[in-house]
Amino acid sequence: MAAHLSYGRVNLNILREAARKELREFLDKCAGSKAIVWDEYLTGPFGLIAQYSLLKEHEVEKMFTLKSGRLPSADVKNIIFFVRPRLELMDIIAENVFRSDKMHSPRDFHILFVPRRSMLCEQRLKEQGVLASFINIDEYILDLIPYDGDLLSMEYESAFRECYLENDQTSLYHTAKGLMTLQALYGTIPQIYGKGECARHVANMMLRMKREFAGSQNQILPVFDTLLLLDRNVDLLTPLATQLTYEGLIDEIYGITNGYVKLPPEKFAQKKQGEASKDLPTEPKKLQLNSAEELYAEIRDKNFNAVGAALSKKAKIISAAFEERHNAKTVGEIKQFVSQLPHMQAARSSLANHTSIAELIKDITTSEAFFDNLTVEQEFMTGVDTDKVNTYIEDCVAQKDPLIKILRLVSMQSVCNNGLKQKVLDYYKREILQTYGYEHILTLNNLEKAGLLKLQSSSRNNYPTIRKTLKLWMEDANEQNPNDISYVYSGYAPLSVRLTQVLARPGWRSIEEVLKMLPGPHFEERQQLPAGLHKKRQQGENRTTLVFFLGGVSYAEIAALRFLSQMEDSGMEYIIATTKLLNVPPARTPAHIKDSMHPSEDRQLLFV
Amino acid sequence: MAFITANWNPLGEAFYRKTELYEMCWNLRDGLRDCLVAAAPYGGPIALLREPVRRSPSSRPQLEIYSASGVAIASFPWKSGPVVQLGWTVSDELLCIQEDGSVLIYDLFGSFKRHFSMGQEVMQSQVLEAKVFHSPYGTGVAIVTASSRFTLATNIDDLKLRRLPEVPGNTWSAGEPTCWVVLTQDRQTKVLMSNGPELYILDTTSCTAVVPPGLGPQAGSIVHMSVSFSYKYLALFTDTGHMWTGSSHLQVNTKKTTPPKQMVWCRRPKSQQPSVVLMWDRLLMVAGVTLTPDPRFPLEDPCVLIGELDGVRIISSANQELLQEVPLVCQEIFKIASMAPGALLLEAHREYQAASFGKCFLTDFSPEAFVSTCRELRVLNAVRERGVGLPLTHTQLVYRQFYPLAIEVCRYLKIPDYQGVSRVLKHWASCKVQQKDLSDEAIARAVCVKVGDSPGVSYSHIAAKAYECGRPELAIKLLDFEARSGEQVPLLLKMKRSQLALSKAVESGDTDLVYTVVTYLKSEMNRGDFFMTLRNQPVALSLYRQFCKLQEQETLKDLYNQDDDHQELANYYVTASYREKRLESRLSLLQTAVDEYNKAKNEFSAKATEEEMRLLRFQRKLDDEKGAGLLGLSLQATMEALLALGLHKQAEQLYRDFRVPDKRFWWLKLKSLAEKEEWEELEKFSKSKKSPIGYLAFVEVCMKSNNKPEAKKYVSKVTPEQRVKAHLAVGDLEGAADAAIERKSDSELAAVLARCPASDRQLLDRLNRAAAAAAKK
Repeated sequence: MAAHLSYGRVNLNILREAARKELREFLDKCAGSKAIVWDEYLTGPFGLIAQYSLLKEHEVEKMFTLKSGRLPSADVKNIIFFVRPRLELMDIIAENVFRSDKMHSPRDFHILFVPRRSMLCEQRLKEQGVLASFINIDEYILDLIPYDGDLLSMEYESAFRECYLENDQTSLYHTAKGLMTLQALYGTIPQIYGKGECARHVANMMLRMKREFAGSQNQILPVFDTLLLLDRNVDLLTPLATQLTYEGLIDEIYGITNGYVKLPPEKFAQKKQGEASKDLPTEPKKLQLNSAEELYAEIRDKNFNAVGAALSKKAKIISAAFEERHNAKTVGEIKQFVSQLPHMQAARSSLANHTSIAELIKDITTSEAFFDNLTVEQEFMTGVDTDKVNTYIEDCVAQKDPLIKILRLVSMQSVCNNGLKQKVLDYYKREILQTYGYEHILTLNNLEKAGLLKLQSSSRNNYPTIRKTLKLWMEDANEQNPNDISYVYSGYAPLSVRLTQVLARPGWRSIEEVLKMLPGPHFEERQQLPAGLHKKRQQGENRTTLVFFLGGVSYAEIAALRFLSQMEDSGMEYIIATTKLLNVPPARTPAHIKDSMHPSEDRQLLFV
Repeated sequence: MAFITANWNPLGEAFYRKTELYEMCWNLRDGLRDCLVAAAPYGGPIALLREPVRRSPSSRPQLEIYSASGVAIASFPWKSGPVVQLGWTVSDELLCIQEDGSVLIYDLFGSFKRHFSMGQEVMQSQVLEAKVFHSPYGTGVAIVTASSRFTLATNIDDLKLRRLPEVPGNTWSAGEPTCWVVLTQDRQTKVLMSNGPELYILDTTSCTAVVPPGLGPQAGSIVHMSVSFSYKYLALFTDTGHMWTGSSHLQVNTKKTTPPKQMVWCRRPKSQQPSVVLMWDRLLMVAGVTLTPDPRFPLEDPCVLIGELDGVRIISSANQELLQEVPLVCQEIFKIASMAPGALLLEAHREYQAASFGKCFLTDFSPEAFVSTCRELRVLNAVRERGVGLPLTHTQLVYRQFYPLAIEVCRYLKIPDYQGVSRVLKHWASCKVQQKDLSDEAIARAVCVKVGDSPGVSYSHIAAKAYECGRPELAIKLLDFEARSGEQVPLLLKMKRSQLALSKAVESGDTDLVYTVVTYLKSEMNRGDFFMTLRNQPVALSLYRQFCKLQEQETLKDLYNQDDDHQELANYYVTASYREKRLESRLSLLQTAVDEYNKAKNEFSAKATEEEMRLLRFQRKLDDEKGAGLLGLSLQATMEALLALGLHKQAEQLYRDFRVPDKRFWWLKLKSLAEKEEWEELEKFSKSKKSPIGYLAFVEVCMKSNNKPEAKKYVSKVTPEQRVKAHLAVGDLEGAADAAIERKSDSELAAVLARCPASDRQLLDRLNRAAAAAAKK
């Protein structure tokens, strides 16, 4: 089921297996038939750890979504709540337990907290008078979930917001804990580098936790040589730019959640022979996207402009393979051909799917609107006219384009200009308030707090220096056969990935000046290894770095890091970890926001 | 040596031997008669309770604790209620289960530790029988009440009571099960129970009748049963004197019709055969593979059998013996006429007086096993010494407070520090803090010197002990040594050192811990002090704010007020205004927000909020007058709605009053007029002044409304840069070509070429020529 997790340099299946084992152990603790009541947010991440079949093997007969009121009836011995430790969920659980049918056969209640128990929540259950009803209260430590052979995510939805707006470092505590779990399985990571306040905090906690467990020395040979912790606010520019890789664009346009994408069904209608295609499917087509699919692994990280060629090449290979049947003469040859058929058919359907997706995307990327937007983004990134009001943005506001688009562009301009002049900033803000509603005064406030929008304080704009030193803009980016990471944004090299690249060679000392311009401290720590665990490196053997993005990572950044891993002379392989895979949520109209209780909770505006 | 096999007794394939472990040191006047006796497994201590059933209220039974060799450890009169059963936990704590279902726990030295109850319903109906059992989860207790209901606790340290279901159609005439045992299987604890000839398995959900294979009804009623140490084997004894064992399905006829006093499995890891030891008043019998039991041993004194991992301990008032199957290796070495290599080596050793003789002949043999076995043997010998009294593992050694010996053992056996020495030290320190004759200072120093930063020793654990013994100051001193700040918090809270607890919680980085302390503080302190405390802990304060945002909006306001955070206060009022249904209250909240924004010197937000209020008032006025349904719309949407309703004047008024940029207003009006197809109005509008959005917009908007003639009107007004685009938009290829050729721009020429049909040769040629010329330049 999860073979693709073990193909990479680091076998992430070990992590998944450890998580599955723990889940089985918990389920067995509750003897007899079971029903699971899910905190809906958890179902996606859990799907990556265990399918329903595993649960079924352990007598899980029913599954419900957690909601207030009475529990649906189920003839089971155990009711297990799988929840995040949140107070509002505790109130719902209490209601469920209270209103459960006591006259009916007695049931045992259990709670499994993900990723860890919370005294606060247990206290709440106690206040509600239901704590004693639970036979088992346990925690399921699921911090880092393997998403692909080189990708881990905590899927902690609001880490950026909590860290930078609310000074709530809960996500960082989970991060540190997750990294400790990772080290328990893959050995102590000898070198830790970091940039940013949150990175510093995580590293401090890790070192403290290590001290606390000083007794039990980890005897596993280290798999990772280096850990790099990066704050998202060190590089706010990258996630604002439109991603131009295949996977990035799928995300920009349709949004990828927990490794799945939902696509408009029309393009995927099964055309059966002799059947009128009158009833088109109405349900969106749901596709899983990961490296288990050979073709997808090949094209996901390419610049979209190179995808067409790759697809047509693949088409030729596949049809040639099918042509082979004419050459199969002997029984043996035919048998061999037939044995390959399932694989070939899978490849053909995979090709058909991606051709359809590519067509859908192409319709958008060839539109004038897309081109205009990209032009402005690239102007900002190259420092053209970043200090005045931009006509294109004005026009977009006048056309009432989705607010998220406007905010991305304005924030980008602000970041590329190291803040906007009072006049320019106020103009944009008024435009937004008058067009999208005054409630967005809170949204703008949040953007300012997070540093996405700011008032130019010093006269000096150091973005050009950063751009030049780190070579963030590359003219003539080669999209077909890239030789630099800048291909992922057709010219812009993501700052975060450049920092990673420079760290590997020639080292951060060469860019001290620039590092000082970026927010937060940068640092290096070493963790002592027990004697005998020092790696003896073979000549030419690559080193492995775990890059941890605190506050989210975009698909284009992942693509850029994968590109670096594959570069022959880089000598470094990267595994990527993050608090959340950033995705671009489908645009919402302001009216939706007005209905909600907390206008400030408009999460889409802060990369979620 | 020659007599080593003298006490071997054959049974089936194997031999059984009974060896004396100790002559007991104790001096029991009345022997073991009328005693409740419990001995801990693994050579553990023995507890005795004389005459548990009180004869008169004035006579008090005596509870006595002895080491396995009979050395007295503790003795005291039993003052609590009638005891049904004694038992030992895995960590050598004594459990005394009373008739009323309460369980009292004492340590090895007879001091009371704590108690718990087996449930309310037990109190009413009384415990009939109880059993203490061990499983990977710890030590458990099972009881059955006079009303024939079972209650289980699998682990007394994590107490969860489970009441087992009733046996259906319960027909127990005497009101009690004949006999029962506790099984732990597949991580579940169950009770196996018999009622006459029938057998039932009770688990938490169900009661299932079972029939042991091969045990027919003619065998009679089951009157006794026993499970092996490992819970793998079961033995049943019937009233016809037959014994059934699960492994062999064998029925052994004991020819005894009275049920045995005790029946215990006698096995060892890698046993050759299963066998059961049965005890009657004056007879001990080993039964197993053959149809008739043998060997038999006469007994003089009343005895107690204790099942062990590798045999059965037999305790009498005079001595203690171990009955076990002779291990195969010993058989091979010592069996008469054995020619096994071991036997030959032994012979050789005798002849040549050579120690560890055979090992020299084995070149490839790793000496490690030999060395470690010797080490272990020496340790076992040391601890078997009478004064210590047979504890087998170092844990047991520690609990008996032989610290130096325990540490020596750990070092000698090369047990890793955090599993060995550290545990000894931890235990030592926990006892040290209970010494009443030493000052806090002295104890803290002593503990710190000895324990230092040994890995795996939890200072908070030691401190908790100190606090339990009523020494909070000592506890605080000890807590200071704790490296894990998180560990310190619960105890600090218990000791009401809440401020310290808060800073330790913050230090740990565990936000849940911080929340816990904060909620605790909130309930303990008055509001003013609480807020002040938070103020000194910014991390805790922001977490509390988060909490308030979700749970207590009002408190949030108070917090901002206390900090004079006008910006956040203003935001708070803005948020609050959206929850308000009535316009008046909404406006008044917004006014407060304006005041706060002003105090925060946030001029922009103050003005914007004032604008918002103005808009709301305007919207209501028009809603009242014209029923326009504007309230809540954004300014732009309001103007749009007004234009759609034909209320141009009002739209213009907003445009002026709110200083809407020309561009945006022109776009709005352009689209609105086109949508309503008011073409004349549109033309008038286009001529009202020079368009700030240019005229290409007019062309495109008209085309969107499918009005080509109107669109064409504006093509000539478009700036030269956009002229090609304008011509193309209205589908005028010739015009576009002319404009592009005039401007000599390759990109524009290319754009026109792309749209030019292949049939129009003439136009194509013209464009290609121009493109070639432009390229040349």
